[in-house]
Formats: sequence, structure tokens, C-alpha cells
Amino acid sequence: MIVIMLKISLTLFALAIFISLYRIIRGPSIPDRVIAMDMIGVNLISAIAAISILLNTKAYLEVILILGILAFISTIALSKFIERGVIIERKRDR
Amino acid sequence: MISIQLAIMIPFIAALVIPLLYKKIPRIHVGWFVLIIPTVLFIALTRFIPSIAGGNTYINTVQWIPSYEINFTTYVDGLSIIFGLLITGIGSLVILYSIYYLSAKESLHHFYSYLLLFMGSMLGVVFSDNLMVLYVFWELTSISSFLLIAFWYHRKKSRYGAQKALLITFGGGIAMLTSFIMIYLMTATMSVREILSTIDPNHALFIPALVLLLIGAFTKSAQYPFHIWLPDAMEAPTPVSAYLHSATMVKAGIYLVARFTPVFGSSEIWFWLVSCIGLVTLFWGSFNAIRQIDLKALLAYSTISQLGLIMSLFGIGSIAHQLGAGENAILYTQASFAALFHLVNHSTFKGALFMVVGIVDHGVGTRDIRRLGGLMSFMPISFTIALIGSFSMAGLPPFNGFLSKEMFFEAVVNVSQSNLFTIHTFGLLFPIIAWIASVLTFVYCMIIVFKTFFGSYQPEKLEHEAHEAKIGMLIPPIILAVLIIGIFLFPNQLGDYLLRPGLASIFPSLKGMHEPISIWHGFTPALWMTIGVVVVGILIFRIQSRRKSLYIPPGKWTFDQLYNSALEQIELRGFKITSLYMTGSLRDYLVYIFLFFGIAVGGIFLLTDAFHFDFSSNAPISLYESLIVLTMMVAGIALIFAKSRITAILLNGVLGYSIALLFVLFRAPDLALTQLVVETVTTALFLLCFYFLPKREKENSPQKTKRFNVLVSILVGVIFVVVALSVQSGKLFESISAYFENAYELSGALNIVNAILGDFRAFDTMLEVIVLFIGGIGVYTLIKLRAKKEDENVENQ
Repeated sequence: MIVIMLKISLTLFALAIFISLYRIIRGPSIPDRVIAMDMIGVNLISAIAAISILLNTKAYLEVILILGILAFISTIALSKFIERGVIIERKRDR
Repeated sequence: MISIQLAIMIPFIAALVIPLLYKKIPRIHVGWFVLIIPTVLFIALTRFIPSIAGGNTYINTVQWIPSYEINFTTYVDGLSIIFGLLITGIGSLVILYSIYYLSAKESLHHFYSYLLLFMGSMLGVVFSDNLMVLYVFWELTSISSFLLIAFWYHRKKSRYGAQKALLITFGGGIAMLTSFIMIYLMTATMSVREILSTIDPNHALFIPALVLLLIGAFTKSAQYPFHIWLPDAMEAPTPVSAYLHSATMVKAGIYLVARFTPVFGSSEIWFWLVSCIGLVTLFWGSFNAIRQIDLKALLAYSTISQLGLIMSLFGIGSIAHQLGAGENAILYTQASFAALFHLVNHSTFKGALFMVVGIVDHGVGTRDIRRLGGLMSFMPISFTIALIGSFSMAGLPPFNGFLSKEMFFEAVVNVSQSNLFTIHTFGLLFPIIAWIASVLTFVYCMIIVFKTFFGSYQPEKLEHEAHEAKIGMLIPPIILAVLIIGIFLFPNQLGDYLLRPGLASIFPSLKGMHEPISIWHGFTPALWMTIGVVVVGILIFRIQSRRKSLYIPPGKWTFDQLYNSALEQIELRGFKITSLYMTGSLRDYLVYIFLFFGIAVGGIFLLTDAFHFDFSSNAPISLYESLIVLTMMVAGIALIFAKSRITAILLNGVLGYSIALLFVLFRAPDLALTQLVVETVTTALFLLCFYFLPKREKENSPQKTKRFNVLVSILVGVIFVVVALSVQSGKLFESISAYFENAYELSGALNIVNAILGDFRAFDTMLEVIVLFIGGIGVYTLIKLRAKKEDENVENQ
């Protein structure tokens, strides 16, 4: 029972990723795309969690944690890039 | 008796010492030290003569590369001793001459080092019994000749002549090397003596080896149509011309033909090639010689012509191999005997003539026959020598050229009556061409003597007042002139002691059968031909000298023209072809690489029918997996069409994250982790670069190129997929991963992947770490160590 439910949820997650992809391609603005990217990351976290239950393993817990951090960092980096044009600013005193 | 190996090596060792002597003892002309070497060698070689004449031969081996059968084997027999004596004998005379010819201001240490290098390698050529050693010395003669021709390297013409000689003789040398390798394949021996007994004339490589060997010999001996380098080699100092380009190096090809006559002589092709090319060269050389205005160029063409004569005689002589022992065979061996005889004669009179021309050039400052004349009363001794030399070359009695020319006529008359090889069809051409060529030879011999020494003296056209040369300069040509007459008076002494053993090595089966040379041999056709030559020759000379200019400019279609335009075209075409595909555009190079991959790899797989598909063992695909793959496909295709760069970067990120998800699905947690981190870092790096990149422009290449790109990328993609599927379907062996499953027992690790990376195959990991390290340093240097604004742009230098 739970296997079927997990598979259905995985399918839905994949569908969500696919739909977010549409937003990335179509835009229309860059923030739309960045949010879509972030959404893919979150969907991935959930999908990986579902998979690790399905595969009956704890090996993917680090992946989930890392992905959480990375999705956050990349979204911040992209936002900063949109706002300032650069990611890492130079020192002010130069 | 000294070992021949030592005799060959002495000049090389001396060539090392000469520059030292030149620097340390500047008061004495360094040529005097050099003179000792060939003189000693000559005397040493003369001591071989009696025992060689008695039928002995000497073989001596010094091991060099025994595993390849390449040994420094020397073989002294009649043929090689003739050449050895010529090289050392004429060599001593030429060095004596050069002591007076070259002033102390020239770079004498170079000159004598090159000359000794040449002498040693020439001795090596004639005494080597090993094919490869023979080839080594052969190329050394080419190199030293190149150095000597360009001795006055500040002149453009010298450099041109040297390059031409080098290209042509090296071309021939390569042909000869190929032939030697073929001979080795046929006979499995490197020794020239052993080849004779083991070669099989019906072998498939026999004819190619024969032809390539002859190309080598013809290029070296300036035979038609490879003769063009010799006139240009006349830019060398006159002693070099006298030594290399009349007496020794150009006879290396003759030596090769003579040496290999027992091997290939029984073949019909050998006879036709050698004798016909010889005759054509004889005619062409003599025809061109009368058109020259420069005395040295005239002598160069006359050398070509005389070499053709010798070559054709060896060709005719090879018929004797067909006939076996008997009366008829002697008739044709007589031709080879004449060839050897003329070879010696030619060295004497041509050496003398070159030296005389050098004296004239030295004395009055020009070699142009239009400016010379009336020098007889100023240079009586030179005149006498020139007269002797020229009349000997023209074939008049009482000089040695007469005897060999008579024997030449006899040989061509004999061959025209032969019924072998269907000679009788064209047989009559042999004496006719020979006769015409002899008439022309007579004419240019007259030109040498009469235009230079008779007529009116024109002091206003000369650079110096005419005067006789120093006695030291005259001694060598005098010795040669004495030899010319001496050989005429006592031809049989030379014949018995030198030429007969030489003949015996050309015809090993017909040991030394020959008729004695007689000065007066009755009213034979040959004598009538000689009388005809003199009469017609004088007539032509009279007619020709009435013309204002002797010089007939060469036509448009000459071999020189061909050579020049060939060089030019090769360079031009080479440049064109290179610039055709080396466009400097990375896109084109990638197209070549991908096309090669598609056509060569894919084509070969298709041709060999290597594709094999079997999907029976594949796992089932679930819906979410196909959805993820679909996402990747859409992202990939959208990436190609992305308008803005940031969209492309984001789509790339989608691809990377989806791959990470696939890793999760296929149970690779470590890979998924790494993939996620790397993907994020890469995206960040892309964004970092973003700031510095120019505005993304639409690619405005033509539609055709775009379509082509699409085709190439589809081709590459399809081949990749097909190959991957094919590989997946055909598993030949069990995977070795079962071994790694014991990771815990073997290395105490629970994580197989990490055990493999850190234990089983840690070597790869170490190197990957180094790669990262190098990458880091590279990035650091690229950023930190760039040129400042004021710095010079050092990177583009």
C-alpha cells in the first residue's frame, strides 16, 4: 500500500519538477526563473525523502540535508546576482 | 698493411684535429698538414695492388650493431681499390692545389674539415661491404658535399646550388635505402658479397629494388634527368669542383652500378635503363656543354656527359651476364673494361681541366669565355695542360681519352649487332647517338682550348693582368697531364694491375677475361668513327665560332625550370592546403573532430556490423523515472534555444539536479552528494564569470553552417546512443564488482565506493587530487599573475 502511495507521490513530484521547468524556460522575468529553480530544489528534497523510504535506506539523509543547504545558497546567490550583478563583492577599502 | 677501417676513420679523426691546428699554428697554411693524410693513405693503398692483382681480396669486420647484422665490414677487391686510389690520389693533388688556390683569409679550417669528412665518407662508400654502412657513408658524402658547395655561404647562388644538390642527392639516397631494405628482405643478408649468391631474380621485389637502386645511382652521378644539380654545384671553390664533381662523388653512382652489376646485371631492365639513360645523358650533357659561356659550367656539363658515357658502357657490359663464359661474353666484358678505363682517364683529364680553369679564374678574374682569349703566351704551362686535357677528353691520340673512346665506339658497334633483348630493333641508335655526342664533345673541347688561349687578348675585359700561376698551383695539373700521356703509352700496365681485378669483381664468374689494350688496332669501324668525329667536329666548331654569341638561351621547358617550379608549387600548394583547413577557428576544428568520430568510429562499427541490441535483460521503467528523463530532455533542448545567458545557466542547473536525482534513484548516495555540491559550485562559477562576459549575441553564421552543425550534432548523438545501447546489450564477462563486495573483510570499510576510492584504487584518487591542486594553482596564477597595465605584454611573445 505504502509503496503504491510513494510511487504516486514520486510521480507527482516529477510532474512538479517538469512544470517548474516550464516556468524556467518561459520566464518571463528572471525572478520567476529563480523561484522555479528553488521550487525544483524543494521538490527534489521531498522526492529523495520518498525514494529513501521506498528503498528502505538511510543513506540519503545527508543528501537531503546538503540539498537543503545548497538550494538555499544557490537561491541566495542568484538573488544577489539579480540585485547587484555580482555574487562576491570586492572589499570596500580598495 | 693498415686496416681499411683505420684508413676510413683517419680522415674523420683528422677532420676533428684540423681546426685545432688552424688556431694553434697560424703561420703554416693548414693545408700542408691535411696533405699528409691522403698521401699516406694513397701509399698505403698502393701496397694492396700486387696482391689484389694476384686475385686476393681482403675482408675485415668490426662489429657495430650485430643484432641487426649491421657491421662495419670492409671488402677490398679490384673495383674498390681503383676507387680508393682515385679518391686518395686525386685527393692529395687537389689538396696541394687548394693550398695555393685558397688564400689564408678564407676559413680554411672549415674547408679542410669538410674535405676530409668527404674523403673519409667516400672511402667508406667504396670499401663498405655492408649495405647499411654503405648507405651511411653515402649520405655523409651528400652532407659534406652540401657543406663544400656552400663554402662561400654569403653568396645566394652557392646556397641555392647546395640546397639543390642536397635535395636531389638525398632523394636518391632515400630511394637507395628503400632498395637496400628490399634487398635485405629478399636475401636476408646485409653483405654485398653474399647477396650475389642468394638473390632470386624472380622475386616480386627484384624489379622495384633494381629501379630504386638505379635512381639512387643516377641522382648521385648526375644522370639524365637528375643532372641539374651538378652545374649549380659549380659555385663551390674550384678544388671542390675538381675533386667532388669530377673525380669522386659523382662516381659514387657509377661505383654503385658497377658493384651491383653482378646482382642485377642479368636482368633486361637493368641493361636498358643503364645503357639508355647513360646514352641520353651523354648526348644531353655534350649538347648543353657547347651552349655554355662559363668555363666551369661547360666542364660541369662535360662531366655529366662523360659520366653518361661510363654509365652506358656499364649497361652494355651487363649483357655478358646473359651469355655466360665464352667468346661472346668477352666482347661485352670489354665494354665494362672500357668503362673502368674511361673512369680512370676521366678523373685524370677532368681533374686537370678543372685545375686549369681555376688557374685562369685566379689569374684573370673571370671564367666567361666571351671575355677570355689569347692567354697562350701569358700562360704557356696552363695552356699545355689544358690542351692535353681537352684533347684527351675529345678522344684524340696521343692521350688516354683516345684509347677509351675507341673502346667505347667498339662497344656500341658490338652491341648494335647483338641479338639479345631485342636490341636489333633499335641497335643502330647506339652507335649513332654515341657518335653525335662525341662530335659535340669534340666541339666543346675545342671551345675550351681555342676560346681561352687563342684569339685576341682583351685586357680591358679582365680584372687582372694575365700571368702564369705559381708553380705550386701548377704541379698537381702537371702530374695529371703526365698521367694522361703515361696511361696512353703504357695502358696495359694499368689494365693488368688495376682494371683486370676490377673487372673480375664486376664479373665474378668470368674471372678477368679481357683483351689487351692496343694503341694501334687496325682500321676498325671505331677508328673511322673517330676520324669522322674530328672532321665533323672541326667543321661545326668553325661554323659556330663565326656566330657572335655562342650562347643559346635555354628554352622554357628545362628540368631546372621544372625543379624550381616544383619547389615553388609544393610550397605554395602546401601553404594553400594548410590554410584551407587550419582556419584558426575552434568551431572548425571541433567539426573535424566530431566528423572524424562520426565517420571513422561510426562507419567502422557499421561496416563491421558491430552493433548488437538486446533489451531482454533491461529493468522496467517506472513513470516517475520517465518523467525525470523527460524533464532533462526538455531542459537540454531548451538550453540550446535559450535566449539569455541566465536562462541557460539555470537550465544547466536543472540538468545537474536531475542527474543527482537519477543517482538517487539508481542507489548511488555518494555520487548524488558530490553531484549536488559540484553542480551548485559550477552554477555559482558560471554566475561569477557572467559579469565579465560580453553581451550574448545571436550567432549570425549562415543558415547552411547552422544546418550542418545540427547534422553533425545529431550524428554524434546518435552514434553515442547506439554504441552505448549496443555495449549494454552484449556483456561478455562477469563484472568484477563481486570482489569489492568483500570490502569489509578486505579493508574494514562499510562503504564500497569509499573503499574503492581510498583503498583498492587509491592511486587514481591521488592523481585526481593532484588534478584539483593543479587546477587551483592554475586559477590562482591566471588571476594574480596577469600583466599590469604598464607591463609589457609578455604572453604574446
